[in-house]
Amino acid sequence: MSTYLTEEPTQVTDAAVSTRLSSLDTLESEAIHIIREVVAEFEKPALLFSGGKDSVVMLHLATKAFWPGKVPFPVLHVDTGHNFPEVIDFRDRTVERLGLKLVVGSVQEFIDSGELAERADGTRNPLQTVPLLDAIQRNKFDAVFGGGRRDEDKARAKERILSLRDEFGQWDPRNQRPELWNLYNGRHTVGQHVRAFPISNWTELDVWRYIERENIELPGLYYAHDREVFARDGMWRAVGEVSQPRPDEEVITKTVRYRTVGDMSCTGAVESAAATVRDVVIEVAASTITERGATRADDRISEAAMEDRKKDGYF
Amino acid sequence: MSTEIDTARAAALLDEAPLAHASLFRFATAGSVDDGKSTLVGRLLHDSKAILADQLDAVARTSADRGFGGPGAAGVQAIDLALLTDGLRAEREQGITIDVAYRYFATDRRSFILADCPGHVQYTKNTVTGASTADAVVVLIDARKGVLEQTRRHLSVLQLLRVAHVIVAVNKIDLVDFSESVFREIEADVQQVGRELGLGSDGITDLLVVPVSALDGDNVVERSERTPWYTGPALLEVLETLPAADELESHLESFRFPVQLVIRPQGALAPDAVAGGLDVEAYRDYRAYAGQITEGSVKVGDKVSVLTPGQDPRTTTVTGIDFAGASLTEAVAPQSVAIRLADEFDVARGDTIAAAGTVREASADLYAALCWLSPKPLREGAKVLVKHGTRTVQALVRSVSGKLDLATFKLEGASSLELNDIGHAQLRLAAPLPLENYLHHRRTGAFLVIDPLDGNTLAAGLVNDHPGDHEDERYSI
Repeated sequence: MSTYLTEEPTQVTDAAVSTRLSSLDTLESEAIHIIREVVAEFEKPALLFSGGKDSVVMLHLATKAFWPGKVPFPVLHVDTGHNFPEVIDFRDRTVERLGLKLVVGSVQEFIDSGELAERADGTRNPLQTVPLLDAIQRNKFDAVFGGGRRDEDKARAKERILSLRDEFGQWDPRNQRPELWNLYNGRHTVGQHVRAFPISNWTELDVWRYIERENIELPGLYYAHDREVFARDGMWRAVGEVSQPRPDEEVITKTVRYRTVGDMSCTGAVESAAATVRDVVIEVAASTITERGATRADDRISEAAMEDRKKDGYF
Repeated sequence: MSTEIDTARAAALLDEAPLAHASLFRFATAGSVDDGKSTLVGRLLHDSKAILADQLDAVARTSADRGFGGPGAAGVQAIDLALLTDGLRAEREQGITIDVAYRYFATDRRSFILADCPGHVQYTKNTVTGASTADAVVVLIDARKGVLEQTRRHLSVLQLLRVAHVIVAVNKIDLVDFSESVFREIEADVQQVGRELGLGSDGITDLLVVPVSALDGDNVVERSERTPWYTGPALLEVLETLPAADELESHLESFRFPVQLVIRPQGALAPDAVAGGLDVEAYRDYRAYAGQITEGSVKVGDKVSVLTPGQDPRTTTVTGIDFAGASLTEAVAPQSVAIRLADEFDVARGDTIAAAGTVREASADLYAALCWLSPKPLREGAKVLVKHGTRTVQALVRSVSGKLDLATFKLEGASSLELNDIGHAQLRLAAPLPLENYLHHRRTGAFLVIDPLDGNTLAAGLVNDHPGDHEDERYSI
């Protein structure tokens, strides 16, 4: 460990403390400013809400931004049909509690109608793009909030907080508007829409510290629990309807938790005894594997996996 | 498959006291690939343990494939640190860096947001973008080359954007045998450029020079024994201890609050708040103005002016500062809050609430420095949009009065501005705005110039004083 980590913190005077915001306060304030700008400047925003921790934090920030009023936009969920049942239940309870309208885009419906084909590997995450764009167009959403963070991977590290998308939902990394000061330019033409990422500057640890500080409820599978799992691609996969072990894959019961809660067919669990939010904060602070690297098979397909999906209109 | 725990790091990061108050510090890097910028950024991320095991493994594999470090190299010596900041596939294929990339790391003193600005391509556009939100900018110089024209350009842009702290890292000090005389000579040259620009001697900015070797780590995270003649702090120590721009400005008695929107639920109260015991009757006529404090601080009971374009300022009193159910007695920049006022004025998005009597008269004549960021050049007579605070108005470009030679800091005659030019122009606004000199007001002195046809951002604007007002010589035309 480097010596600077063990040095005494800088002594600050009382006067300085009173006007100094913590990093979480600053990040929260920035996110709320962005959420309010988008609501003020767009006709019809919506928030992508999957029940995953980043989208839960986004929704929490929205409730704070408009208190004591209601969150003034609907939430949009692209349902792969392979979601964890407890996450769908959490989604529905949250929407009910906040009195929100829920719009669902269904991957299953597109597969049933023949507009999408199941992939050979069974993974449905990459299939979300078509139902997402369909829901955006049908509902005439001109801004869609997402919980994307720049620390997640190198494509997101370069994306703007307000990211302009064309008629096909595509992101053009070479043709982005410079983003200056706290002035966000959300102008767009007919057919274009904007993806807004208010927690762009948060890290995974910031998200967990914020969940702890604000006492935010999450789906239970973020915390350690016993589950029947089997090993595949270097991850623990849950046994479920869409995630069945092959004959050579041994099913065992392990104490695990999830770091992301995507499609069951491609999201893996990590062995963990972190049963409380405090345990998770400590685990994340100490973790030596990035969250996507540890648990998302779809990002491992190629190094440039996220970049390709974003160009095609993914979150 | 299991999450490995580095308990020493966890303990350091989660030691309660520092974490609770760890502040956020934003900085940018400027310099070209040849100066070793990617290596420096990689070194900061690596040595502050922001690079996780799987990322490091991937980089180590690629380094080995490319034969980096030579036979027998081990540990960090065998890793090409520049690969840690390797960007998009499109960039790797073309061997260029397209855009500003944001990176994150933390020590027990601070959380850092690093805007990594590419040096070669469109350096003005990228430097302006990165510097606009930065508390500090690190400019790299190759110790073998000293102050180059590009260094002068970078420092010129940073002075114009009024970046609070400029740190010049004299890199590759190992390649000049850790020579003090080489460093002192470069340091003197940097300070000379600083004096020419007013950088570091204007009471607003400061200018520091640090000798480093990004490749070997000297003076990056820890002070090096190989530069015994350098007694100052290592680069990371500098970044950990400098005050953030908001900390420098929050003592100013110059409260500014552009109104984003009006919160007026009229009975449509949040169900979760009601379920939590919110007094529905008391909030029936609730009305508050939501926004982010851009500068200064405000207390309940303060006298404020409401500035609405086309109207005289109206003075009233702050009766409440609300934030998500909490009543605050005081708030500071950059907090997002909702403010209640004593008088039932008609206040709307685009209006500004400011400390009473501290804002000069709104004006429809805008004199400004423009950093031109678009391939579409600026011509006199063009119609554009100006976004200032939370208001966007139409504007006519009346004249371009010159452009800055960033290497000599001289103003040359010009009637148009091209991509990456910085020049001065006069615009006529369709409605008066509460414009303030950027030199003293980094938020209310800034604006965007937007193309009304396609909505693209054309320029970053910095408000100058009107000719005839008290002028600052650095901004005179």
